[in-house]
Amino acid sequence: MTKNIMIVGVGGQGSLLASKLLGRLLVDEGYDVKVSEVHGMSQRGGSVVTYVRFGDKVYSPVIENGEADFIVSFEKIEAARYVQNLKKDGVIVVNTQQIDPMPVIIGSAVYPDGIVEEMKSKGIKVDDIDALALAQQAGSAKACNIVLMARLAKYFDIPKEKWLAAIEKSVKPQFAELNKKAFELGYSY
Amino acid sequence: MKELMIGNAAVARGLYEAGCSVISSYPGTPSTEITEFFSKYSDVYCEWAPNEKVAMEAAFGSALRGKRAACCMKHVGLNVAADPLFTMSYTGVNAGLVICVADDPGMHSSQNEQDSRHYAVSAKVPMLEPSDSQEALDYAKLAYELSEEYDTPVLLKMCTRVAHSQSIVSTSERTEVTKEYTKNPQKYIMTPGNAIHRHPFVEQRTEKLREYAETSGINRIEQGDGTHSFGIITSSTSYQYVKEAFGDSVSVLKLGMVNPLPIKLIKDFAATVDKVYVIEELDPIIENHCKAIGVDATGKDTFSILGEFSQRTVEKAFDMADKTVFSLDTAIPVRPPMMCAGCPHRGMYYVLAKNKLTVLGDIGCYTLGAAPPLNALDMTLCMGASVSGLHGFNKAGQQETENRTVCVIGDSTFMHSGVTGLINIAYNQSNSTVIILDNSITGMTGHQQNPTTGYSIKGDPAGKVDLESLCRSIGINSVRVVDPYDLEECERVVKEELAKDEPSVIISRRPCVLLKYVKPKKPLTVNTDSCIGCKRCMKFGCPAISFRDGHAVVDATLCVGCGVCSQLCPCGAFESEVQ
Repeated sequence: MTKNIMIVGVGGQGSLLASKLLGRLLVDEGYDVKVSEVHGMSQRGGSVVTYVRFGDKVYSPVIENGEADFIVSFEKIEAARYVQNLKKDGVIVVNTQQIDPMPVIIGSAVYPDGIVEEMKSKGIKVDDIDALALAQQAGSAKACNIVLMARLAKYFDIPKEKWLAAIEKSVKPQFAELNKKAFELGYSY
Repeated sequence: MKELMIGNAAVARGLYEAGCSVISSYPGTPSTEITEFFSKYSDVYCEWAPNEKVAMEAAFGSALRGKRAACCMKHVGLNVAADPLFTMSYTGVNAGLVICVADDPGMHSSQNEQDSRHYAVSAKVPMLEPSDSQEALDYAKLAYELSEEYDTPVLLKMCTRVAHSQSIVSTSERTEVTKEYTKNPQKYIMTPGNAIHRHPFVEQRTEKLREYAETSGINRIEQGDGTHSFGIITSSTSYQYVKEAFGDSVSVLKLGMVNPLPIKLIKDFAATVDKVYVIEELDPIIENHCKAIGVDATGKDTFSILGEFSQRTVEKAFDMADKTVFSLDTAIPVRPPMMCAGCPHRGMYYVLAKNKLTVLGDIGCYTLGAAPPLNALDMTLCMGASVSGLHGFNKAGQQETENRTVCVIGDSTFMHSGVTGLINIAYNQSNSTVIILDNSITGMTGHQQNPTTGYSIKGDPAGKVDLESLCRSIGINSVRVVDPYDLEECERVVKEELAKDEPSVIISRRPCVLLKYVKPKKPLTVNTDSCIGCKRCMKFGCPAISFRDGHAVVDATLCVGCGVCSQLCPCGAFESEVQ
């Protein structure tokens, strides 16, 4: 049975490292894995999405509406943007950080309030977390991605040690300790 | 060894394992990483050329001399390189030559949605089309075998989903290949007298390749388990969507070679099923071939000619049930890509927009100047078209346009094909003002070096084109350099050059803030006592500035301290710490 994970956020938030980490871990676990993302224009502060699929045999690299077992959103309204991809019994991990898109910055749109509450009221399984605060507590706002991966890890049977080992392999040696600390904070939150 | 690789890295690995010794390319999403990954191998030569035509001719030269070579580009890059391609089809090769071209269905990062398979058909060269990373590696190697055996350049066609999706790949060792070079005028000098004898060779080669397509196994039938009586012909990423939707319940003819297409194999496949569907992204190339050989097929009537497919495209067409979907009542604002905080392009665009100038644009990060709030652009067509288009605009508009129209083009795009347009301006003397947005890198595709940066693809010191000298030597007498962080200077110089009765070039020079050697300054802060909430700074479109509780707020994690906002503020509310 193929499992589907989507990582969504804003260009520049570090979702690339998150998907690299996840892909590496799942290959090591012996799964067939496909990871798909779109480069180029979307990197420049736009909305970005990465698909991670794993199982015995994976064909399509993309995840369609109603197919995601998990969505990890690095930003609040990005969670809402992709929530139609979530399976009926899927879980969406949401970083409660707010990043204003350009239409909001220039005043042609309003950043909506109460998105997380609305998702919950619709019966969506939302796991919201202030990952930015935990990342800062670990030593850098940039470790937000690892905090969120740790939150996702809670839903998997893969032992924590394997996640930590994959982090060690995926980041530069000088940032290993910081990221491992961020993982611990997200995991035990 | 098994590892997870994006399709482009797998292509690079395949080229490497096949003994490719030279790659010359021009960056373009979604093809760029092939060349970047290849450049990391130490025992090969790899370069960024000024454009795709130059790159393809360089690769041809290397193949002629006897080394396996390649050249990589995005779909529109093949338009630029079409000239050598069509005649290389006649000359054939010495050592193998592979041309990797990446289409962008859905236009994630492109100005059109053209289908490169047309080039394979019209240039009469074989085209292979992988559907995942392992095939990308295998087909890259196979392409060299075919290139040398059939004496032809070979096109390897990628698309965004295959190029940028990671899947598991097995790698192996590299094999070195070298061919002798011997002079052969009848084969390599394409005068009419020689070329006329090469054309029959091309036609015969296509028939031999068709025989290969029929029997080699690159196009394979996967027999279904009998659940469905219809059959599907497909290729590339569409194959994956078909398998995702149907598993093994339907018979599939999976095409790995999309030119030349087999005839007998398709007819044989069609004879085993009740009905044939062709599922291919973009144009109906396979479908039209089926119809031409008398096989009734359903294709574009059911599967769109527009955009990317997915498993859902296939499921919908065959009336499979929709999946349950959550929806929210709240409207979610769009999040379009935008110029980064501190982007040097923004200052110049602000000046152009403020003065309500007509601005002909070009291809690169700076195309984002078209977006709100700056709305600074009037046109974007293709690489270099801003400069040549401005010349035509002013020849038509004369005094009505000359002093209120400019074009903007990046340093890399200017090298690619802007300089020829500037030569036309200088030669045919239009009173045009060209602005080169020199951020010292090829930005949009992810920071590639180019002839103006002074560094090679590996980051080693290289030749450096001096833009000012180049423009002067072409015949532009008025060449000015401005700092786009200085709004007052930019506005003054733009006005002065527009007022002149001669062609001029303004070089707006400041390196991209994302470059490693550009050290950000401390972020600015807003003095809330001084800020009157006039929102003038918001008109600038800097993502680091937002408006909360009646005044501007700077996001310290984004701000690079460029200070342009403080030039817009009427009350000096933006404060910078002394460095």
